[in-house]
Amino acid sequence: MGFFRKLHDWLDDRFGWNELLAPLRKKTVPVHRLSHWYFLGGITLFLFVIQVLTGILLLLYYRPGANEAFESVQYIMTRVKFGWLIRSIHSWSANLMVFTAFAHMFSVAFLKSYRKPRELTWLSGMILLFLVLGFGFSGYLLPWNTLAFFATKVGTEITGQVPIVGRPLMIFLRGGEEVTGATLTRFFGFHVAVLPGLATLLIGLHILLVQRFGISVPPKLEAEWLTKPAALREMKFFPNFALRELMAWYVALGVLGALAAIFPWDLGVKADPFVSAPAGIKPEWYFLFMFQTLKVIPSKVFFMDGEVLGVLAFGVAGAVWLLLPFIDTGRARRWVNALAVVALAYIIGMTIYGHFAK
Amino acid sequence: MATLQSKSAASHTSRWFLAMAAGFLLAGVAHGQTKNSCLECHSILTDNLGVTEEKFSQDIHAQKGLTCASCHGGDATSDDPEVAMGKKAGFKGKITRAQIPQLCGSCHSDPAVMRKYNPSLRTDQLSQYHTSIHGKRLATGDTKVAVCVDCHSVHDIRPPNDPRSTVYPLNVPATCSRCHSDAERMKAYKIPTNQFAEYKKSVHHQALTVRGDLSAPTCVTCHGNHGATPPGSSSVAAVCSTCHVFQAQLFDSSPHKSAFASAGLPGCVTCHSNHGIQHPTDAMIGTDDKSVCGQCHTEGDPGFVAANSIREHLAQLAAAIDRSDQILSKAERSGMEVSQARLDLVQTRDTLTKARVTIHSVNVARVQQDIQPGLVAADKNYEAGKDALKERNYRRYGLGLSLIAIALVITGLRMYLKQIESGQDSQTT
Repeated sequence: MGFFRKLHDWLDDRFGWNELLAPLRKKTVPVHRLSHWYFLGGITLFLFVIQVLTGILLLLYYRPGANEAFESVQYIMTRVKFGWLIRSIHSWSANLMVFTAFAHMFSVAFLKSYRKPRELTWLSGMILLFLVLGFGFSGYLLPWNTLAFFATKVGTEITGQVPIVGRPLMIFLRGGEEVTGATLTRFFGFHVAVLPGLATLLIGLHILLVQRFGISVPPKLEAEWLTKPAALREMKFFPNFALRELMAWYVALGVLGALAAIFPWDLGVKADPFVSAPAGIKPEWYFLFMFQTLKVIPSKVFFMDGEVLGVLAFGVAGAVWLLLPFIDTGRARRWVNALAVVALAYIIGMTIYGHFAK
Repeated sequence: MATLQSKSAASHTSRWFLAMAAGFLLAGVAHGQTKNSCLECHSILTDNLGVTEEKFSQDIHAQKGLTCASCHGGDATSDDPEVAMGKKAGFKGKITRAQIPQLCGSCHSDPAVMRKYNPSLRTDQLSQYHTSIHGKRLATGDTKVAVCVDCHSVHDIRPPNDPRSTVYPLNVPATCSRCHSDAERMKAYKIPTNQFAEYKKSVHHQALTVRGDLSAPTCVTCHGNHGATPPGSSSVAAVCSTCHVFQAQLFDSSPHKSAFASAGLPGCVTCHSNHGIQHPTDAMIGTDDKSVCGQCHTEGDPGFVAANSIREHLAQLAAAIDRSDQILSKAERSGMEVSQARLDLVQTRDTLTKARVTIHSVNVARVQQDIQPGLVAADKNYEAGKDALKERNYRRYGLGLSLIAIALVITGLRMYLKQIESGQDSQTT
């Protein structure tokens, strides 16, 4: 009897291991021409784990504070053994995670996987996406470089435009009227304590819901399989799908390693609150579509301030998107796909426009 | 009822009269304060006698409460020209050019008067003017020379810190050039008229206009303003040294000091020129065609040898810095973090700058003293760049090996999957 068999039996004796894993053994994953989209959620989870691990390693050397943050990241990049790799992987992985989270969300929207009974899975996923954006926004400031400083200044200023709650929210985020060292320590707290705690809870709930309801099949295929049960094709979750997912994780690891080694994440120049903002300051790419929209809206639209109107419009759009499973019923059904296409085209178009705009 | 009505009407009428009287009183007071009857006529004149209210309101004197009568005499409150410009009222009429410095000085040289308007303003302008070439020539009866109004303008004189002022630092060169670039006007004085054209090509003009450095030298920085005079060959170094302190000290300690003096050559100008001073380059030192040393030194003399040696030392350090800069740029382009090495390279450049200052001592040993630590530092910077590139290559090898390992694991997983799936297929069939 091998060591692993003995360990397995030991655990089974005490915890009922076999009973615990029984649902996983029975679990299946539908196989069809769109099933590769199912990997995106797993890849996002993998990148989150990478974020947690590299984040913990960075915490060993990072020091929050306007006078120390930049220097500590510089120290990590230049003096700490493999510090450059850990920091670059953390930054690249963050960006890839935002990308895969968005891709996962759109794949779910297009495959209509949010249908009953998976509304809560969609809601938890959407909140997770907002948390991921929160991770990006708060983490971007932590190296305390010029770009991060002014991007945070602009970003929090936009928050301040929200009617009624905007200004108190901006002051809460900044820890005062201006972006200062107080903002940095605050963002650090959100980034390493508040957001990870919330995200871990929600990821747990999200995975639990996915396990509870199984994996969704696109509506057309579902109808087809109902009429012709012989056409139904599926694979075992364990080990068939799990091993494929593992292969996808390895590919993601390879891409991450290559990006980190060939294009180490730039550190930039230390933030100086007393100099004027560099020309053409832009936020990270995942906020670019919102930033560009606010830029192109005229300063006054009828009686309303253009920026306030833009912020409100994004608020409404976000709320509609969040409630998609509840809207996608009856007559509205045919419009939902068109809405998703328009939303995707808008985000891609505005991001490209924002990238090239001066 | 009727009594009440008549009472009310009376009180209404009396209030109306009171209001009228107050209005006239206020208008009278206001009129008395601002009345400047001179402008009523002179603002509609279009010839030399024309001064608009708008123009005069820009004048610092008008803003401080002075009127036309303060300079020209007369009674600005009278509407009658005979009274306003009458001898009784002390009317002086047109102030001749020869009278202008004295007239301005009557207030500007009196600390008691100036204290009332601007206690920090100097009161030595007139005494300085008397020592200037302009003042001296005016004293001999030459009224073509500059007097106060030629530089400060007239009737719209602004304080020198007003960007619209003719004597604001950015405007000073153009103000001086109005006369000094006028060949016809300067003909009688037999002085060149290319100073402004030359100055516009100079490093000082660039600092003033491109960098916006208002402390950069303009005409008055070297020549003085109220005491403007051409610096003599002996005082040129004193002029330049007010800013270029170290260069002047080193020059004073050099053999050039006495050699230039005995040859009647001005210190700095001999090598750097005056109005058209260019940014100095290492090419200025040495013995080739572009150098300035070759103008005096000939092959074989000690100065010739020293010039060549200094040039070589400078070139050696400049090349070492260039080499370090190139390798650090290459490392940066590869995404390596070399900001510390970059900072060190800035310090190395400072040693080169120091050596470039030391050449004014024309002492090879002293220049070498500055060059040597620079060379050591440049070598360190180069090594830092080399290490960064070595690290970059190490990372790339590491990446290659990791990718191979990952590819092997993926292939293994794929094969394992195939194997178990073929087993599952055979089980189902």
